[in-house]
Amino acid sequence: MTDVTAPGLAGAATRPRGRASSLTRTRVRSAWAFIAPALVVLVLVAGWPLARTIWFSFTDADLNNLSDYTFIGFENYLANYDGEWLGLLTDPDWWRSVWNTLWFTLVSVSIETVLGIVVALILNAHFPGRGIMRAVILIPWAIPTVVSAKMWNWMLHDQFGVINDMLLRLGIIAAPITWTANPDTALWTVVMVDVWKTTPFMALLILAALQMLPQDIYEAAKVDGVHPMRVFFRVTLPLIKPALLVAVIFRALDALRVFDLIYVLTANSKDTMSMSVFARQQLVEFQEVGLGSAASTLIFLIIALLVAATLVAGRVRLGEETR
Amino acid sequence: MKVLTRIGFWLLVAAIALFSLFPFYYAVISSFRSGADLFTVAYVPESFDLSNYFAVFQRQPFGRNILNSIIVAGAVVAVSLALGITAAYAFGRIAFRGRSLLLMTILGVSMFPQVAVLSGMFELIRSLGLYNTLPGLILANLMLTLPFTTWVLTTFMREMPKEIEEAAFVDGATPWIVVRRVFLPLMAPAAVTTGLLAFIVSWNEFLFALTFTLTNERRTVPPAIALMTGSTAYELPWGTIMAASVIVTLPIIALVLVFQRKIVAGLTAGAVKG
Amino acid sequence: MAEVALRNIQKSFGGAKVIHGVDLEIRDGEFVVFVGPSGCGKSTLLRLIAGLEDITEGDLFIDGERVNDWAPAKRRIAMVFQSYALYPHMSVYDNMAFGLELAKASRSEIDARVREAARLLQIDDLLDRKPRQLSGGQRQRVAIGRAIVRDPKVFLFDEPLSNLDAALRVQTRIEIAKLHADTRATMIYVTHDQVEAMTLADRIVVLNKGRIEQVGTPLELYHRPANLFVAGFIGSPQMNFVPVEAVSAGSDHIEVRLPGGQTLPVPVHPEGTRTGEALTLGIRPDHLQVREDGPFRGRIELVEQLGENHLLYVAADGLRLTARETGDSRHRAGDVVSLAATGESCHLFRGSGEALPLTVPRGDRTTPPQSRTA
Repeated sequence: MTDVTAPGLAGAATRPRGRASSLTRTRVRSAWAFIAPALVVLVLVAGWPLARTIWFSFTDADLNNLSDYTFIGFENYLANYDGEWLGLLTDPDWWRSVWNTLWFTLVSVSIETVLGIVVALILNAHFPGRGIMRAVILIPWAIPTVVSAKMWNWMLHDQFGVINDMLLRLGIIAAPITWTANPDTALWTVVMVDVWKTTPFMALLILAALQMLPQDIYEAAKVDGVHPMRVFFRVTLPLIKPALLVAVIFRALDALRVFDLIYVLTANSKDTMSMSVFARQQLVEFQEVGLGSAASTLIFLIIALLVAATLVAGRVRLGEETR
Repeated sequence: MKVLTRIGFWLLVAAIALFSLFPFYYAVISSFRSGADLFTVAYVPESFDLSNYFAVFQRQPFGRNILNSIIVAGAVVAVSLALGITAAYAFGRIAFRGRSLLLMTILGVSMFPQVAVLSGMFELIRSLGLYNTLPGLILANLMLTLPFTTWVLTTFMREMPKEIEEAAFVDGATPWIVVRRVFLPLMAPAAVTTGLLAFIVSWNEFLFALTFTLTNERRTVPPAIALMTGSTAYELPWGTIMAASVIVTLPIIALVLVFQRKIVAGLTAGAVKG
Repeated sequence: MAEVALRNIQKSFGGAKVIHGVDLEIRDGEFVVFVGPSGCGKSTLLRLIAGLEDITEGDLFIDGERVNDWAPAKRRIAMVFQSYALYPHMSVYDNMAFGLELAKASRSEIDARVREAARLLQIDDLLDRKPRQLSGGQRQRVAIGRAIVRDPKVFLFDEPLSNLDAALRVQTRIEIAKLHADTRATMIYVTHDQVEAMTLADRIVVLNKGRIEQVGTPLELYHRPANLFVAGFIGSPQMNFVPVEAVSAGSDHIEVRLPGGQTLPVPVHPEGTRTGEALTLGIRPDHLQVREDGPFRGRIELVEQLGENHLLYVAADGLRLTARETGDSRHRAGDVVSLAATGESCHLFRGSGEALPLTVPRGDRTTPPQSRTA
């Protein structure tokens, strides 16, 4: 670990040769007392359930009777019965949901990043009503996901929806579109609602990074007569890149576990089903705890790998800040 | 050219504002229309019919749902802050063996996919006899809020001046007194920010609430709205759903507008600095 | 009131050793100042005495008891921090009362002691205010008041004046000196400002790279620096250093050859200095005079007029010398002048940096140090 000992209250991590003074000893002892409650709760609500989920993925457990199950090894993942391959890894619906999730993550995060930068740049400009605008864009973020999904469901209603009405009046479409039911539009619809809801989050994080930039370089660029677009790509973007990267990673991890939005917007439709929706469907609706847990475990592994990669990449920086 | 740029700029601002506000605006107008009115599209408020708002509370225990959400979110915030602040003191200010590893683990947990613990959590809640109860939801939601409150409070805790803590030790304070008498008051603004974020997370939580409750009386607001049905299975009561949406969104919007700056500070402390 | 003794105190952070075996005896009621450049370990040493850091090796005694493993509060010390470190959410009264309250003193006793300290520091009318409503100087008084009410055996000050403006710094310095005169408490004071050190200290401890370079009264350090480091650190402007060569050694003096070729007898004990040995001659700017026949001839690069005196910066024989003379200068930059010094006013240092002991006592006929930074 890149645990840099604070020059101030040095701790036992460095283990001085002399005996620790009373103050240091008390503090280190109290450190464990202070984190113990939080750790116990976290083990209870995160560690233990995760371990049980992974365990269930190797069993044939059923939701109605969770205590009665047998160990079946990897059969939930992959099994061979008389030359026929079965299990999650051969399930086209599972792969469909993986693909949906990846596609959704890539497209929505890309759009949100670009739009987020645009919105952040606008909010970073000085204009009357800037404070109000900042509050305005927070509103979509603050609305509960379920509620925003319902609002959009209503707006996207195939017969009485305001979106179809608008587009018909403007002559953009000739006939109403069944946005959430049509396989061609369903996933795009989900992306659009997600963009509506989470672009503010991106914009605010990027705005915070923009506001930390030194003003004098912009004045210098202005004096030198550099074109604003050039300034943006050559100065602003490289400088906010670290913050942007963190924001993108956070968003991507969030998008990979998407559930509420898709579940409420399109229910259990296969065209839009995400990994989380798939796993819950197996688990709760089909009562297949084993299979559902296997899917959950795979989702966890995919995200854990990404988190680990992120943490390793960001470790030096974090380590420095752990002073 | 300059004028064109200005016009373009303001058009963009207007477009963003419209895009952000229109869905909520439309939900508000729709909530004031009922019956056959709803099956025509209206862009401006033309009626002020409160029947949807009465219907929300009559057709189902929506008041109870709101109360459930408040109880769950309130308890989750209280527990998360209490455990988070004490842990943040240890993580933020004491160098002990294994600190970085633990902190990384906690950050990792805050990125857990909820569904990854779903079956294990289901078993846990059932075996504790908490299925279809509010304490069950409180316990489950802690998995979502505790890691990030600890993380955000730790970053705030690190910014506290070292010398104040040392002055307290010279004055004879124990670590516990330092946390309670010195850092707790100083951390109050940070705790408000973090608590607010935790409240919003818990208020909006859907997957656990959907899976770990069974009866309408025990549901929190999100599953209650998601599962609202009309008189027939095919016809959703859109007016009522919109009324319910407006009711639960208004307090959150009010909170966000009032604490706008604090929320932004909390979000950036948790994300950018982390 | 207590004496403090440091025996071979060492401190390491991880692998890096920052204090290399410090021995020091501080007498009861003494005002000792730790001074040195930043990073010399002076603050660390103070924090070791306070108990805010662990002592890696060695023994620390306060009032005859070994306190290495004692918590700060138990050591009966009080500390005044550079940033004042007042509790921002407590009133001035509560800031001062906090320590007593934790020590479970009675309400009436707390009240009496807080009010007495407040009266002493003339902050009685500020007791209900919060720290943010106070000026820098008032905050500093509260911080000192918080130390006083605890009735400590030892007062520790960690650069307490560095956040104050120049005028307030002088005023507060005088008040700290008065506080010491009134209470006669043992005080240890850390600063990088040599004027504070010279004016406040009974004894100064000069630290460099985690080691003690010299311990002595302010005038001892000024007149009889033990080595090049102390000679260069104490006194402003800095002492001039001139590379010289020993020509001959008598029983009570050494004759050295200056870079220009002239020789100068310096009254120091030779202590085995060999002929031809390279030495460093130290001359304080006050002891360099413009003189027709002076051995250092060069061009004036800059003249700084300070009113009561002036400084001449002269480039001579590849050296840059600083001279201070009283009154206004007749010279201008570009003028060529000669500078001279008497051997009696000079110091000689060996290659190791160590000073050769003076044969003639100093201090009674020279003027006390003056400084521009006061």
